[in-house]
Amino acid sequence: MPEAERVIEAVARASYGRLISYLAARSGDVASAEDALSEAFVAALRTWPSDGVPTKPEAWLLHAARRRLIDRLRLARTRDANANALRDMLAEAEGMSADFTFPDERLKLLFVCAHPAIDARIHTALMLQVVLGLDAAAIAEAFLSPAATIGQRLWRAKTKIRDTRIAFQVPTGAELPRRLFAVLEAIYAAFSRGWDDVDGADSKRRGLTEEAIWLASVLVELLPQEPEALGLLALMHFCEARRPARRTSEGEYVPISEQDTHLWIRSRLDEAQRLLARAAAQGCPGRFQLEAAVQSAHVERWHGRATDWPAIAVLYEGLVACAPTVGALLGRAAAVARARGPASGLALLSAIPAHVVETHQPYWAVRAHLAQQLGHASEARAAFETAIRLTEDAAVRRFLQRRSRSEGS
Amino acid sequence: MRYVMLIYESEREFDARARPDDEAFWAPWREYHRALVEAGVYVGGSPLERSDTTATTVRLRGGDRQVQDGPYADTKEQLGGFMLIELPSLDAALEWASRCPAAAYGAVEIRPAANLEHIFGPEPGIFPSA
Repeated sequence: MPEAERVIEAVARASYGRLISYLAARSGDVASAEDALSEAFVAALRTWPSDGVPTKPEAWLLHAARRRLIDRLRLARTRDANANALRDMLAEAEGMSADFTFPDERLKLLFVCAHPAIDARIHTALMLQVVLGLDAAAIAEAFLSPAATIGQRLWRAKTKIRDTRIAFQVPTGAELPRRLFAVLEAIYAAFSRGWDDVDGADSKRRGLTEEAIWLASVLVELLPQEPEALGLLALMHFCEARRPARRTSEGEYVPISEQDTHLWIRSRLDEAQRLLARAAAQGCPGRFQLEAAVQSAHVERWHGRATDWPAIAVLYEGLVACAPTVGALLGRAAAVARARGPASGLALLSAIPAHVVETHQPYWAVRAHLAQQLGHASEARAAFETAIRLTEDAAVRRFLQRRSRSEGS
Repeated sequence: MRYVMLIYESEREFDARARPDDEAFWAPWREYHRALVEAGVYVGGSPLERSDTTATTVRLRGGDRQVQDGPYADTKEQLGGFMLIELPSLDAALEWASRCPAAAYGAVEIRPAANLEHIFGPEPGIFPSA
């Protein structure tokens, strides 16, 4: 690849979100900022190969995008919002010197993407597109949604940001924890989407785990003291570290307690432990820190020690107290089963309301396993059947089929 | 930027209007209005008479004027009033909306006031000047 194109690609990867957030925070208009920046990239692709790469590629792109944005605002009808933004941007442009370093406004942009006035179903896609520059078609593919639906929702969200003038600001006080949680949830949703695609059959989906880790890294860089942001990043590194061990070389599913720890990625585990320790030092536990701590407890096996199931059960107890999701209730039941026996686990499973778990595949898999251990043959058979029917992943389905035929363990 | 705050209340709150001495209900409203005015946020607005007994809806269909008893949309919570407020962002408007007493018992909808100057031109008297 020619030098100019390589630089453009690197800048797009490293600085896209910073450039968009700088422009959008000033104009209040994400869609126009995107258009202006993409035009600037096109101009760079046209001129850099012949004129050479500028010494400050980012500053060049920002300057080019801003000029286009100002032209655009001039052409726009006199919406008062636009008039003010135009005035501010012109004033700032005049004050800019060649060695201007532009402020990082990505945090504000993340909070806008997960704003409560924006449809929660589109928070994740909005972040992936606006902060990372993923196109709507790729996002739609990753989320198995029609491109038209995703495109429409993205467009609606951006229109709302502009027309209702959602503030580009970091919330303070009592608002901050709730708003931050929405940001973390949106990032985690991107990760889960990618994580579910174990086989890596679809590179777009699988790539989402890396994109989510990147977003969380940005968040941690901007909010270095925020324990839940650290916890989320730690959680994702822990999971990602185990990726190579999730399947045998023949592509068969391997449950976490049977994974070959030599396949776990040490550098990721170390990074995750460091992040979790930093989070814990703040003395303010929360959902993502607890989930990361559960993962951390599984890492004990890597040190050659037995998994401490009672400790994991306690962590899940905390998780259920602060975020009683189906996943947390299920995790607790599974951990309690390992710590105190399958009957205790099954009792906890039975306490989860039936309508919540009707189509929840992991619930039926755990239920089948525990019933089988207790020798409840017919219950186990029925639960295995339900779990197998609800499984989308072929390797997991084969695993469950093998287990259902075994005599219990 | 101007926002319109649409205040939705149920029958029970409309009934409170017959009890002007009900301080528990009215004191927060008095306090809220004072705060809006003192902060320079309040531009205008009005409470509305109850829609189930006073609303009348008009449609012109094929030149024929159709007048109907009742509100345009028959919902459990009715539009009880509106305010025009001036604030820099939706977030600031949501902050004021959450302080509105009706937010605690009914619902408050925030909508940006549309600026249609590019269609109508500056028409003093039609739109309160920005």
